[in-house]
Amino acid sequence: MNLPGGTLLGQAVLSGIFIGALYGLLGLGLSLTWGLLGQINLAHFALAFLGAYLTYHLATVGGLDPLVTLALIVPGFFVLGVAMQWLFARFRVSPLNSLLVTFGFTVIVETVIQSVWTADFRRLESAYASVNFRVGTLFVPLPELLTLGIAIALSLGAWAVLRYTDIGRAMRAAAEDAPIAAAFGVDERRLAYLVSGASAALAGAAGLCLALSQTLAPAQIYAWIGVIFAVVMMGGPGRALGPLVAGIVIGVSEAVTMAVTAPSWAPVVSFSLLILLLIARPGRA
Amino acid sequence: MNVATRWITALVTALSLACAGGSAFAAPSGTPIRIGSTLALTGPLAATGQVHKIVGEIYVDQLNAKNGLLGRPVEWIVRDDQSKPDLARTLYEQLITVDKVDLIMGPYATGAILSAMGVAQRYDKLLIHHTFGIPNMAKYERHFPTWSLGPEPQVTFPNTLLDALAASPKPPKTIAIVTSKFPSVHFMSLGAREVAKKRGVKEVLFLEWEFGNRDYGPIAARVKEANADFLWVGAIGLEGNQLIEAMKKIDYTPKEQFYMYPAPGPMVKSADANNALAATIFEEHPPFTSNPQAEAFIKVFNERAAKAGLPDTAVDTQAAASYSAWQVLDAAVTATKSLDDKVLANWLKKNQVGTIHGVLRFNGPNNYGDDLMRVKQVQNGRWVVVWPKEVAAPGAKLIVP
Repeated sequence: MNLPGGTLLGQAVLSGIFIGALYGLLGLGLSLTWGLLGQINLAHFALAFLGAYLTYHLATVGGLDPLVTLALIVPGFFVLGVAMQWLFARFRVSPLNSLLVTFGFTVIVETVIQSVWTADFRRLESAYASVNFRVGTLFVPLPELLTLGIAIALSLGAWAVLRYTDIGRAMRAAAEDAPIAAAFGVDERRLAYLVSGASAALAGAAGLCLALSQTLAPAQIYAWIGVIFAVVMMGGPGRALGPLVAGIVIGVSEAVTMAVTAPSWAPVVSFSLLILLLIARPGRA
Repeated sequence: MNVATRWITALVTALSLACAGGSAFAAPSGTPIRIGSTLALTGPLAATGQVHKIVGEIYVDQLNAKNGLLGRPVEWIVRDDQSKPDLARTLYEQLITVDKVDLIMGPYATGAILSAMGVAQRYDKLLIHHTFGIPNMAKYERHFPTWSLGPEPQVTFPNTLLDALAASPKPPKTIAIVTSKFPSVHFMSLGAREVAKKRGVKEVLFLEWEFGNRDYGPIAARVKEANADFLWVGAIGLEGNQLIEAMKKIDYTPKEQFYMYPAPGPMVKSADANNALAATIFEEHPPFTSNPQAEAFIKVFNERAAKAGLPDTAVDTQAAASYSAWQVLDAAVTATKSLDDKVLANWLKKNQVGTIHGVLRFNGPNNYGDDLMRVKQVQNGRWVVVWPKEVAAPGAKLIVP
């Protein structure tokens, strides 16, 4: 094994931070619904890709700046999330069944995406795509930098809401012990709508980042599920900053593995880290 | 014959001609010949699966517009295997035992074809297929490949490619080989390593990644650090574009780069893929388009692909191999006047079939014939064949930056 040069290692670490930020952003909404509502929402990945395709469409056909599309997608997805929660509540979907129901929803969304945009690859050519900054010998691409910024802002925002606002405290209380929280006047049903809506809105924001940095294909919805679950479990379900930190740890570990050894070892890293964490702290997930 | 009789005769003749629609062919009649197949119409391979569906529909329409097969109309039953080889196996079983199709046609992609081949073997069915990537795994005596790789493409094609580069003004002295572990490209990359070694091209980097890799940044950084004269990328589908994008982000363009099986549309449209090389059996330019049937097919395919919303409507390897498969089936049935799988298979083993991408024979190891893979290059936003010279686009030469 040859030791990598400083530039190679630095570039790999940067690449790991950027992909880790995307992991964290994709994991944030999933973590909130899992931790606060007890739902394992596989449809989160489908919503993120739906958001990515809508960003692509609004930018290429509608001529909007990709960042501006957030103004349409985020509120729309919030409503979608609320509607999903209404269905969950109406049919009293249990946590295990939520896995099955949301998988079904994922398949439906995949089919819709394929029928509208075909199964072929789609790439958003935005003004941001070709912008690079140079820092010493390292290159920093703008789309990935935007993803990092959005991931940090949304993770910190979610953390602050959960920690410092009455709504956030009520959400955590309801997740901890719903009957006792209800005795103190916490309306669990309305909070669930809020969490579900926020989670879907976060999926929409993650979709923007996917569209900026990735080439899209409907079947790629499933390519992210394994690693994002590892991120959420490492970060701790319901913790707002956890997915970002875990995502960056996994992303950097994978990237350094690719820079130092064979890239084919990289997928082993995320799950090895998760297994080690679960051995060290069995109650984590 | 009196005047009235002459008028009646003329009228009947005119009506008969009108009913025939002025066609030189009699309309097919009788029980339809049913041909069954599966395709990846959903799932990760669906983008290319759609291409094969359009091609099959075109060919069946063309057959039925003439006099079908053996004078009977042709009905194509195509089921969605969802890009899953295990489902393809079940569906072929159903097509043969429940639908009782007369003939079967191969699915798309190596995994599904292997599954279909197992079922075909169990029922002694003829299996013509268009996209099988690992010839030495195809042992069934009644399988007939129309993607003309030859029996040892992992040796023959890298030699073709390195021949092309050796004839260029800057023959490479060093090579970096980076590859996905997707089976049909991985074995080609391993073959390229051996061929490069034998030809004295020094390997300065060899990397493998798992299919489905998400982050190409570190791989791009290692390619940049190695800075070989020639970069061989064992990529399939989108992987090639993902690596190109990652290299662009660190401001690196390889001196000369080759991609095994890229998604041709996205790559040709990428501004950073100019001069990239790839393998092909057919492109939309002479001498391939000199064949009238190819020319007619291209026109219809372009229209239908656009109507189906495909971003890339050009005929290349996939569509050409697919059309060739139908040509081979058509030729065998027409020549033998039979639908018997054994009769058709025996005829194919002894005869050659002219297709839009070349003359195919099936009398080599594992029923493979010649390696008809050519080298193409992105030049000014379009793919052109640059090697071998006899099939190069008019005026096109390999560009070495």
